[in-house]
Parts: sequence; structure tokens; C-alpha cells
Amino acid sequence: MFMVEKALVGSRRYWLWVGGLLAVIGLSFIAYLYQLSHGLGVTGMSRNVSWGLYIGQFTFMVGVAASAVMVVLPYYLHNHKEFARMTVLGEFLAVSSVTMCMLFVFVDMGRPMRVFNVFLYPQFHSVMFWDMLSLSGYLLINAAITLVSLHAEQSDLHPPRWIKPIILLSIPWAISIHTVTAFLYAGLPGRMSWRTPIMAPRFLASAFAAGPALLILLCLLLRKLTGYDVGKKAIQGLSVIVTYAMAINVFFILMQLFTAMYSNVPGLTEEFQDLYLGTEAHTSLLPWGRISLLLMVVALILLLIPKVRHNERTLAAACVLVFSSLWIDKGVCMVVCGFITSPLGTITRYVPTLPEMTITLGVWAVGAIMVTVFYKIALSVEIAREAPAAAAYEFAERSAAAGHAEILSSPGATGGSHA
Amino acid sequence: MKFTRREFVELSGACLVALSGRKVLAVFTGAKESEAASTGEATSTKKRLGMLIDTKKCLRAQNCTKCIEACDQAHNIPVFQNPAHQIKWIWEEPFDDLFSPAETQYLEKDRKDVLTPVLCNQCDEPPCVRVCPTGATWKREADGIVMMDWHRCIGCRYCMAACPYGSRSFNWVDPRTGLKTLNPDFPTRTQGVVEKCTFCAERLDKGQLPACVEACPEKAMVFGDLNDPQSEIRQLLASSYALRRRPELGTGPNVYYLI
Repeated sequence: MFMVEKALVGSRRYWLWVGGLLAVIGLSFIAYLYQLSHGLGVTGMSRNVSWGLYIGQFTFMVGVAASAVMVVLPYYLHNHKEFARMTVLGEFLAVSSVTMCMLFVFVDMGRPMRVFNVFLYPQFHSVMFWDMLSLSGYLLINAAITLVSLHAEQSDLHPPRWIKPIILLSIPWAISIHTVTAFLYAGLPGRMSWRTPIMAPRFLASAFAAGPALLILLCLLLRKLTGYDVGKKAIQGLSVIVTYAMAINVFFILMQLFTAMYSNVPGLTEEFQDLYLGTEAHTSLLPWGRISLLLMVVALILLLIPKVRHNERTLAAACVLVFSSLWIDKGVCMVVCGFITSPLGTITRYVPTLPEMTITLGVWAVGAIMVTVFYKIALSVEIAREAPAAAAYEFAERSAAAGHAEILSSPGATGGSHA
Repeated sequence: MKFTRREFVELSGACLVALSGRKVLAVFTGAKESEAASTGEATSTKKRLGMLIDTKKCLRAQNCTKCIEACDQAHNIPVFQNPAHQIKWIWEEPFDDLFSPAETQYLEKDRKDVLTPVLCNQCDEPPCVRVCPTGATWKREADGIVMMDWHRCIGCRYCMAACPYGSRSFNWVDPRTGLKTLNPDFPTRTQGVVEKCTFCAERLDKGQLPACVEACPEKAMVFGDLNDPQSEIRQLLASSYALRRRPELGTGPNVYYLI
């Protein structure tokens, strides 16, 4: 079922990697059981900083999930053929990231057994209800698309026609998941650093930089490990998207910085003092904010140089910088920044605890294992599809030499022709 | 007829979706009906309960924490030394931190640091209610109290992010471990839910005043219906200057401070 059997064969290296991930998941599951019995008090969160690493990671991963649209849109709307081999990888990455998002929300809940209350007592005025709805919808849409297209590819057929509208629906839906996630924050009256209309645009810009950067890295890794090549053109195309998105993201930050610093309104400047400028009182976020900003600027400069972008080694380095800078920005700083000064002016330190970090790592491991298994299946299908054609061709050559030319008309030989 | 495993799985999936769709539909239509019913009855006797805290009277007894003790006792509030895990329904903060610091710039240090009681403002437009994904916190139409259902709360803490007053507490650990005495007339809470002051809804329903108001020896707290022009609280507000915390946010707080 669902071609899972294809993930059950692999090299020693494959099994070592999967085994390692399973070990991390097992360990973090123990940490989660500990948190479940002792309460969220085992984390670094507190009365004042009531959301932390989990919700930060959730927000970041929503962006990675949404960024699949950056391969889907050029491929399906602009007929950008170079992305053909990458599209399914992007969609699988989306499925894995949405699953991670849901896990991050789940591990953050005080009463996880009551999670279905969200659907039993739906509150249309709550952004969280809409966020849950849009995330689960996005998961279903992408799961359907990947499954159907892979199945079609495996049986060497064109995907059924009904999947096309669903693929087109996935494009605005991807934008919606990150917009609604931004609304979670931007709609709160009391948190000045979040209450800005630029929240959603900035979220999207940073997502469209971080997600495709990760996809480039995964594609390069895939080529190195398996020889499966999405094509240099695809990677170059994606690198241009990363560059534009990163430039827009930095531009948005500068917009916010100007508005805050020039108007000099305390509620607005506070965020940037916490993150970049520093005051005597606020220090815990400062190194993170500064490193993130520095990495963003370095990454952008690197990406803007065509030579750096064209060389895949330096491109990979730039992508690592893009991904890590935005991970710090969104996954660590953004959420904590809204809480660090409490409504009553108290400044509270937040440092994630060991159980909290173990659980976070475990969710990442779940994502990694999903990507591994999905890519393994996708590659097996691709390779199997190309292999019979190649084998048949080889055989035909030899047979032809031996006078058995009729092998050319066998069904296997027509396999690779309609890509 | 041949019925493959794949077809079976697909058909069962479709049936499940159809069934859940019916359920969702029922919830949606049901929700609308109950909403209409509650607004219909609310027009008749609508109160707006509020509180006035006279900071001058409170200043006279700076070491007094009777209101807090009474509340903690009445509501089984646990005691935790770790400030991260503390549960607070009513507590004290320096006056300076409650309101915009610009207005107290040249105030004497003693006066700036006057400890002032803070509690849930029972807002007219509560952001916590707006964001709650399960309806575990809601505004009681009859008197405007922002209520809390500890059996429905999923512990997502979105309400804590939404509250601009820091009036909500989360049970980071099992609250029963922090209880020294137990009031059997009020429920204890479980680990993993959010709680806050409810103006002693359980006492009001029995015709009593909130525990803090009753306990205040200085009579610094006045409680009443803001919709009733004859009430004591309205008389006091008519004749003196009062402040509310962060009214510019549009939440419509119902706790006033006389200065």
C-alpha cells in the first residue's frame, strides 16, 4: 500500500540514517512522556513567556510548507519545465513540514487529549480555528497530489485530469496557510512587536527564501547520495527565487526598522532594541537577533553575486546561511520577542530546557524521516520508470545484433518516452 | 463483483468523510441557533459589572494583602516559589507599571511604587475570548463577566498571548501540589489549563460580593453595575477622575482606578 515497500530496501548507509532518526524520535518520545506527566513546567516557558521554541518552530515550518508553491507555481502556471523533477520533491517537503507543524502545536498543548475540542466546538472568531483548518486542508491537498502523481508515474500513465484543479487550488492555499499563521500574531491588540500589517508579507518573503533554500540543499544532497539529478537549470531557477525572496525579506525588515526608529515610538522601537540594538535590561535575545541579521545580510550579498550563485558549492553555502538566519529570526526570536517584556513591564528570560530541546529535535527527526522515506519512494518510482526503458534498450541493442528486433515493440520499451 | 482491498479502503475513507461532514454541518447550524437564542434573552436584563479601586485608600495600608489572601483562599490558588509557575487572580504591582510611565515621571518614588491590586479587567471586547479556539473562555451576556471552562480548555495559551494585561495564568505544573489549605466549595484545577479572575461569579450567583471586595478593610474596592446610573460605582465615577489600564487598545476594561 502507498508504495511503502520501496522504502524498506536500502543500503547500509540508508538504514544507519533511518535507525539514527528513529533513535532520536524514541528519545524525544520519552522526553514528551516526561513533559506529559510533569506538565509544561518542564520547559523554559513561564507565566510571562507563555509561548517559546515549540510555537516558534511551528511558525517557521508553516513557512517551509508554504514554500512548495515556489516550485508548483512556476511549473504548473508558467510551464517552467525545468522544475518537473523537483515539483514532487517540493510537495513531499510540504507534506512533511505540515506534519511537523501539527506536531509542534500538539506538543505545546497543556491538555493534548482535548485537541478535538477545536473541531467539536468550532469558534469562527478564533484565528487558531482557521489556522488548524487551513493546515489540515493543505496537508490533505498535498498528500493527494503527491500520491496521485506518483501513482500515475509508477503505472506510466498521465495523472488523472481531476487532480489539476486540486494542484491549482494548492497555490492560493499555500499562501493562505502562512497568512493565517501571521494573523495569529498580528491580530492581538497588546503585543506591539507583532501587531503590524507587514507580518504576513514578511512571513511569506522569509518563507519563500528559507523553504526553497532547503529544497536546493536537499536536491544537491540527493544528487550526491543517489545520483538523482533534478537538473542544474532547476537549481539555478530556484536560487533566483531564493535571492528575490531574501531581498524582499530584508527590505521588509528595513521598512519596519525605519518606521520604528524614525517615529521613535517606544512600543515600536522596543522590538528592535531587544533584537538588534540592545539596552541594559534586554540581553537574552540580542546575540540571536544580531547573528540572524548578520547572516541574512551576508547571505543576500552572496546570492546577489551571479558567480556565487552559479557555482553550486558557494550556492549551497549561501543556502545554509539563508536557512539558518531565517530559522533564528522566525523560529527563535519572533515569538519570544512578543513576550520578553510582559504587559506589566517585567522582563523575563527565556531559555529552552533540555526536555524541550529534545522534544523539538524529535519533531525535526520525524520530519527528516518523512522526507527520507518520501524521497526514497519517489526516487524508486523515477528510477524504476527510467530503468526498464534503459534495460530494454540495452537488451534490444544486443537482441537486434542477434536478430531479435521484435523486443523493441514490448510495452516496457515505450516507458520513458512521454516524460 | 470483485472488491479489491484498495477499493475497500477508498470506500471506507469516503464514508468517514461523509459522516464527519454531517457532524460538522450539525455543529455549524447548531451554533447559529444557540447564538440567536442568547442574544435574544440578553436584551432584557443586561448588566455590566465593574470594579473601582481607590488607590488613595489602598495607599493607606501598604502592607495589607487581605484582598489577595481572601481570593487565594476562596479559589484554591496554589503557592509556588518559582515566579514562572505562579498563578495569580488578583495580585499587586507598582502603580507605575500599570499605567503609562510618562504620567508618573516626576512622582515621588514612594508614590510610583505604591503597590496596587491588579486583576482581570472583564473587558467589553475581550481579546482572550476572541482568540480562544474552543470557547473555553467566553463572555457571560447577562453581566459581562469573562468566564472560564476548565474542562474544555486545551491549554494552547493563545488567550495569554492575547491578553494585554497579563491577567491570565497557566497551570505549568499540577496546582494541587501547591495547595496548603483546601476550600471544598470551589474546584481545584488540573495541570495544563489556563485560569483567571471571574469577579467571583460563583459568589455573585449566591448574592454575595466578590471575596476581595468583602475582605478589604479600607473599603477601597467598590463593585457594582456600570449600566445602572444609580449604583455606587457610577456615582463615584461621575464625581472623580479615574483611570483604566490601556483603554487605547479598545478592549473596554471594566476595572477603574481612582487616583
